[in-house]
Amino acid sequence: MRVALFITCFNDTLFPGSGRAVVSVLERLGHTVDFPTEQTCCGQMHFNTGYRRDAAPLVTRFARTFAEYDAVVTPSASCAGMVRENHPLLAEQYGDTALQRQVDELMPRVHEFTEFLTDVLGVTDVGAHFPRRVAYHPTCHSLRGLRLGDRPQRLLSAVDGLELVDLPSADSCCGFGGTFAVKNADTSNVMLADKTAAVRASGAEVLCAADNSCLLHIGGGLSRQGDRVRSMHLAEILASTEGEPW
Amino acid sequence: MVSDPRSRGVIWLGSPAFPEAARTALADEQLRANLKRATGTIRDKRLAVAAELDDWEELRDSAAAIKKRVSRHLDHYLLALEASVTAAGGTVHWASDAAEANRIVTELVRATGESEVVKVKSMATQEIGLNEHLAEVGITAYETDLAELIVQLGDDRPSHILVPAIHKNRTEVRDLFVAEMGHWGQPAPEDLSDDPRELAEAARLHLREKFLTAKVAVSGANFAVADTGTVMVVESEGNGRMCLTLPETLITVMGIEKVIPTWQDLEVFLQLLPRSSTGERMNPYTSTWTGTTEGDGPRDFHLVLLDNGRTDTLADETGRQALACIRCSACLNVCPVFERTGGHAYGSVYPGPIGAVLTPQLVGVENAASLPFASTLCGACYDACPVKINIPEVLTHLRVKAVEGKGRASAEALAMKAAATVLDSPRLLAAAQRAAALGGKVLAREGRIGRLPGPLSGWSDTRDTPAPPAESFRTWWRKNRKEERP
Amino acid sequence: MSSRDAVLGRIRAALADVAAEERPEDVPVPRAYRRRHVEPGQDVVALFAERVADYRANVIRTDEAGLPLALAAALGGRGARNLAVPRGFPAAMLPTGAWKWHAEPLDVPELDALDGAITLAAAGIAVTGTIVLDTGPGQGRRALTLVPDYHLCVVRAEQIADDLPDALARLDPQHPLTFVSGPSATSDIELDRVEGVHGPRALDVVIVDPTPTEQP
Repeated sequence: MRVALFITCFNDTLFPGSGRAVVSVLERLGHTVDFPTEQTCCGQMHFNTGYRRDAAPLVTRFARTFAEYDAVVTPSASCAGMVRENHPLLAEQYGDTALQRQVDELMPRVHEFTEFLTDVLGVTDVGAHFPRRVAYHPTCHSLRGLRLGDRPQRLLSAVDGLELVDLPSADSCCGFGGTFAVKNADTSNVMLADKTAAVRASGAEVLCAADNSCLLHIGGGLSRQGDRVRSMHLAEILASTEGEPW
Repeated sequence: MVSDPRSRGVIWLGSPAFPEAARTALADEQLRANLKRATGTIRDKRLAVAAELDDWEELRDSAAAIKKRVSRHLDHYLLALEASVTAAGGTVHWASDAAEANRIVTELVRATGESEVVKVKSMATQEIGLNEHLAEVGITAYETDLAELIVQLGDDRPSHILVPAIHKNRTEVRDLFVAEMGHWGQPAPEDLSDDPRELAEAARLHLREKFLTAKVAVSGANFAVADTGTVMVVESEGNGRMCLTLPETLITVMGIEKVIPTWQDLEVFLQLLPRSSTGERMNPYTSTWTGTTEGDGPRDFHLVLLDNGRTDTLADETGRQALACIRCSACLNVCPVFERTGGHAYGSVYPGPIGAVLTPQLVGVENAASLPFASTLCGACYDACPVKINIPEVLTHLRVKAVEGKGRASAEALAMKAAATVLDSPRLLAAAQRAAALGGKVLAREGRIGRLPGPLSGWSDTRDTPAPPAESFRTWWRKNRKEERP
Repeated sequence: MSSRDAVLGRIRAALADVAAEERPEDVPVPRAYRRRHVEPGQDVVALFAERVADYRANVIRTDEAGLPLALAAALGGRGARNLAVPRGFPAAMLPTGAWKWHAEPLDVPELDALDGAITLAAAGIAVTGTIVLDTGPGQGRRALTLVPDYHLCVVRAEQIADDLPDALARLDPQHPLTFVSGPSATSDIELDRVEGVHGPRALDVVIVDPTPTEQP
């Protein structure tokens, strides 16, 4: 199986560690991961902010870059959702039939990281060790977009030493919403305050999610409030071992 | 022929854009506590009663399909409805816009010689500003739904589709009743408590005489059945039954999208609506009538079919799904934004997620350009919607229109264009990453950036941002993997 | 141009994407939902009783012979003395005692002066705990069950449909229909439901079970 990592522009720039963690987990499981360097961005920011036309070239790039792989794995639920839901739409709106066909063929091979582990590889225990109290925040795109269900929790529960604690009102949005956090900063701030309060109430030492964008927002709030809860991408927890803690 | 969309009444002229209006609401701790309590209560109830039906998804699929059939053949169904209502003794009127609908209702009321009407809660008449219009011509409209009464007594605006006074808590309602009920009808007792039971009792006594003597009623409609001519109003308090049954003349104002094909279709909507709306298996009262009935109820029945921007909405292939809305309010109740800001911030008769997609379409995106952005796209509304309106899809679709309205030379458009150029080039992206890492070094302390400039200051007011790491993933890959592999 | 023509014209223009030959029936409507949310063999009458009671209505089960006594008990419990009785209500059902029965026609002020109304029903719906009135014999015009503060409704077990689809199929929409699910209520204050607003604040539903046939 030829596996490609789609790191996403956001992780590439701000959270390279999450990409390294994905590579580490997959290699530990015996897979070779490729990183086609022509990849850039899925176009989510442009699409969600009303600049669809600007996102269109990124659809072409994505389809071309990943065409030859058996599986495209990404540590971002929202980018996976963007690709699977909206690339076909953009291909239809701005592309030709060749692009539409290319996109349609590729879509079933695009997987969010936890989907790939549990559904494609059939693994829940990845041999990780992480002796911490961890809360999982199901981001909106994980929960209602991709319908990841309990896949992340199953993976976390299999981690040696990890104590998974409940996050109150877990399914409510953290208030990030991409450019929402800038355009509607006041509303976003209030939603953030409720989420950070829930994180504190959970008693977790570490907050994790399947998307660094929401974690940037929640973690940024926790940090500003002087809270010591660490936010980590779920892949980084799964990459952590007794010998090489993350 | 088509009037200025701003005169359609849907939006409250002069309201600030959503972010600014939200700021005022967010500062009101009492309001936020009221909203949190009310939406929290209803969410759990809705989930419990929806879960009782293991075919909930099949019901939603069916409802969405029926509404789709109607929207694609709206002319056919409206003509059928007109014929069946007329055959049953009713009179059908067509109104292009708010002004025409108001004029029709005014003439109908005047023809009765009455100067008062009682009203059943209706979004359509709220939308066209019927009460205000009637007041201008000397006709007093009495709202009879408890929440509408609260809004009317407080000279307030509705903030929720189902529960227009959701922004008020019981104590505020009590104070309002004691202060205002004395102006007409039976006053509230001096020692009125804030127990909702006592408040409901006060409303009963206050309105009773109006109900028993009213000669003209105005209602909306939840559904109108094309093949039978049957109109339906779904309610809880009995104020609807009072208005629909006791007066001599009944005037129903209904959006053209409310028509459904057959009587049988109600078996779908009557299972979905109460459960989605008030979280009940069935609402206390549902009334149906077909034209007029000898010896029972109004002698004259008028049905006013209202366009008022609906055909503009229908013309948008993506946006027209918003016309499927059955006004249940489930999307408002689950919306994390509505929960914090309340309904007034939307500046429209239709608040919340459905308002954010309906309002800009009814009045033109340029007249409500901030609303499509008043959402995190979290998807809770789509999950809750009993007729499966994909609200996030319509939101991002309308964002395109909003952005186009601002022109290609806006600062944001230029920044997005520049970003798109960088993001479509691995080389430029890598260069930008190096620049960001350098900039981060300058701005960051202990790996965290405290304050960001310009439009990002709203972000950095409450959040630290990690400094971009010195090495992007692609750089790490080049050094650690690519070089290892031939 | 009339507004009717204008609106219809705008609708047709808005639907330019819909092929001229497409008929309404060409838009598929899946109906994969259940016709009833009861299991085969489930006691529908018991379910109806339970669901009506959930709305804080009083439910009494009896058979034909016990009916007058059951009605007397219900009326006694409410302290109701003066009651409206619609045309077609079987006189044999009415209990004898201190009650005053007011026959139709009754105008609104007369109804307003009464303690309650006693009626039959057109149907019951088990899953939703609903009674349906269609102004047929024994049910009166709509005002009769609306203006007085108390409604005592007699439903025969065989009138109870299992669920909404079956009930709607039994009803004739040409009659004015009132679906009643519990006493009047409101959720308008803090979205918290309380019973008792403009409609009858008290609802008693008497279910008449069929008399078991004697075995020879």
